[in-house]
Amino acid sequence: MRHTRPRLHTIALAAILAAAFLPAALPADGGDLLIKNGTLLTVTGGVIPRGDILIQGGIIRRIGEKIDPPPGIRVVDASGKYVMPGIIDSHTHIALAGTNEGTEAIVPEVDMADVVHADDISILTALSGGVTMVHTMHGSANPIGGRNVTLKTKWGRPSEDLVVHEATPTLKFALGENVKQSARAAIAGLPRRYPATRMGVNAIIRRELSKARDYMARWERYERLRASKNPPRHLVPPRKDLAMEVLADLLRGKIAARCHTYQATETVEFLELSREFGFKIAAFEHAWEAYKIADELAAAGVGLSVFADSWAYKMEAAEGIAPMAAYCTQRGVLVSINSDSGERIRRLFNDAGKMVKYGLSPDDALRLITINPAIQMGVDRIAGSLEVGKHGDIAVFNEHPMSAYARCDMTIIEGRIYFDREQVLKDRELEAEKERAGKTTGGVR
Amino acid sequence: MKKHLIAAVLFIFLAVTAFSAPAADGEKVTAVTGARIVTVSGADIPRGTILIRGGRIEAVGADVAVPEGAEIIDASGLTAYPGMIDAYSSLGLVEISGVAATVDTRETGRINPQVRSLEAVRYDSMHIPIARSNGITAALVAPSGGVISGQSCLLGLDGWTHRDMVLKSPAFLHIELPGIPRRGAFAARFAAEPRETTEKILEELKGLFDGARHYRKRRQEAAGNFLLPHPQFDETYEALLPIIDGAVPVMISVQAEKDILAAIRFVKEQNLRAVFFGAHQAWKAADAVKDSGIPVVLRSLYDMPPVWEDGYDALYRNPVVLHQAGVKIAFSSSSASVAKDLPYHAAKAAAFGLDPAEALKAVTLNTAEILGLGNVLGSLDPGKRADIVLADGDILELGTKIERVFIAGRETDLSNRYTELLEKFRRDR
Repeated sequence: MRHTRPRLHTIALAAILAAAFLPAALPADGGDLLIKNGTLLTVTGGVIPRGDILIQGGIIRRIGEKIDPPPGIRVVDASGKYVMPGIIDSHTHIALAGTNEGTEAIVPEVDMADVVHADDISILTALSGGVTMVHTMHGSANPIGGRNVTLKTKWGRPSEDLVVHEATPTLKFALGENVKQSARAAIAGLPRRYPATRMGVNAIIRRELSKARDYMARWERYERLRASKNPPRHLVPPRKDLAMEVLADLLRGKIAARCHTYQATETVEFLELSREFGFKIAAFEHAWEAYKIADELAAAGVGLSVFADSWAYKMEAAEGIAPMAAYCTQRGVLVSINSDSGERIRRLFNDAGKMVKYGLSPDDALRLITINPAIQMGVDRIAGSLEVGKHGDIAVFNEHPMSAYARCDMTIIEGRIYFDREQVLKDRELEAEKERAGKTTGGVR
Repeated sequence: MKKHLIAAVLFIFLAVTAFSAPAADGEKVTAVTGARIVTVSGADIPRGTILIRGGRIEAVGADVAVPEGAEIIDASGLTAYPGMIDAYSSLGLVEISGVAATVDTRETGRINPQVRSLEAVRYDSMHIPIARSNGITAALVAPSGGVISGQSCLLGLDGWTHRDMVLKSPAFLHIELPGIPRRGAFAARFAAEPRETTEKILEELKGLFDGARHYRKRRQEAAGNFLLPHPQFDETYEALLPIIDGAVPVMISVQAEKDILAAIRFVKEQNLRAVFFGAHQAWKAADAVKDSGIPVVLRSLYDMPPVWEDGYDALYRNPVVLHQAGVKIAFSSSSASVAKDLPYHAAKAAAFGLDPAEALKAVTLNTAEILGLGNVLGSLDPGKRADIVLADGDILELGTKIERVFIAGRETDLSNRYTELLEKFRRDR
């Protein structure tokens, strides 16, 4: 992992150089694939009952009927199957070699891009549920946590290949029970950390953002003086502070906040903080009482990244309601359904499907795990729907993915097949045969 | 002070949660007409009538005569199903899993055959109306943890108190054998803890059962001979006697293939009536399980395979393989807060190859039979309790809405904490 950082920089640099010559959305190593005769759930362009998708160089080049295969291209027969854009999980902690830097309350200098763990088996799990992109996050131990990273679930590729550079850079905030350490408070003798109340949580965030404003002002003053006609003779630059640099980027709008919250009060107060300091909130996380303030969220244009119905696991989750994602959607809030789990991630489509019961159409329910998270993550230009020009990130299901009987059969990223159930079954059978013959090799999936 | 505050807060939100008020019915006659009827035990009836008298089903069929004065429930366009039964839940024992004051699933210590879930179950739990509104009309409420967790009860999910709701208590004595150690992030943390082996625990159980037999013998002998000392009352042995006699079955939580095989031998040796719970690797020993005649209650399918080499879909495939081998299976939520998801576990197995009709059976009739109430619950047949669900589609499907629910013939209120909170805070009407 120590080597990840410089390599990331190199990749980023290369990407910037490449951007001058190539279309912005071109993946470095895209594949060619033709998917034929599937029911195409495009998400943004309705349903095509029987259609084909041509992916070349990792990009969707054509969507339509009866596309002739270019010579030599691999063809996937999707007859009788449902083809949808790859599922996007807006809030997970998979593929990381660490989650919480919980020793201090304020740690924005921490960056999850430094600990991308490409060997995490959860990547395979995600693929088996049609998930192609994840916003994988710092934990909720701190009022201001670390920066998050957006990855594609490219199993078998090195860490730096997974990072989605187009995504909005985000910083984790967290409020409520986790950061005031309610669970620890119950254990006698354990030292307490400031803040230990919701008052303190808000106060410490305001303190840090105020410090960041000061920090920016000091640097601006320094730059101004330095650039002036007669700079002072002994002009000394302010001391560089890596935490403040990140918060300054938040205040400059280069980074967006993702805020873990539960109660309506703290959620409203974080909206107030964002107005007070003028930073952008990409989404509220969990936010189990958001249905109480759906209109305020819609008016503020702030989205939600929530569970379908995992609730009542702690006091602040005791007023969660399963119809929330559907209701808030109907009130005009941009909602995504997240997994927050290396297990739930493979049944996100089931969680979205539950919202049909609470009033969403299957098409709208599908948005909760595709285009909506894509918008929240700033990747809707490259993912979240089946559209020409977007990445060839695709999931194939046996039934409509919003049905309880749905099973993911294939997951494709940038035109390359990363999960193929049929192949898994074949490999398994082969392995079983070897075992019967007394020649075990191990490593079966 | 803090305790009082927590108690007050708990009281307030529990008070918000409604439970429906059952009425005294006597011999009231109700006819559910015009529904597509999925009896589960026999063929579906495309359009028929269910006649309910005194809380029981009197007749089911395409041309059932409706007696004069019967209340008519027009169910045209709806499908009637038997109420679903959760084969293992913690309903009423857990309100908020992270708030210890609201959790009553696990007693301290390892050997607790004397504890009865019935005596602690919160009948006005906020989770019960949610489960009910998704078509679940009965649930096994099970204690957990330790080696002998205690006695479960089977409740119908409607009544003024838990005592009104009892269908069977004790339903099972719950035994937990060690699970399969998991690899991963948390494995290291637990590695230091000494693990008990299944063999050792089975030896210990054998000792306890033998002890109980000996205890009873000495008590009986002392009763007939005043010269013999009378052994002191022993709550552990007393609670084990109905198990030894086969009066109460055991539900054994067991996961690994070798442990399942050992448990089968144990059940046979001890001559117990047994059901397996979880049985994550039962598919590897499906024929042995079938030959043992021991049914399997599956744990929540919302879980990872315990061993990656079993295959990513091992837990989804397990019920499919077991059913094909002829093992009787039932699904469970293994939960309180998402007990409502019971039908989706069944559908998940169907997505991986289980016939949908069998999946439905495994949340209704199979469950009733495994829980020993096959003649009372689980299908729409004359003589059975009128636990009936009217749905606007396939009851296992995610988008299906449950329109009306009858428990023992009484229509039950479908409002719940979700609907009440939404009604309270919604601003679109």
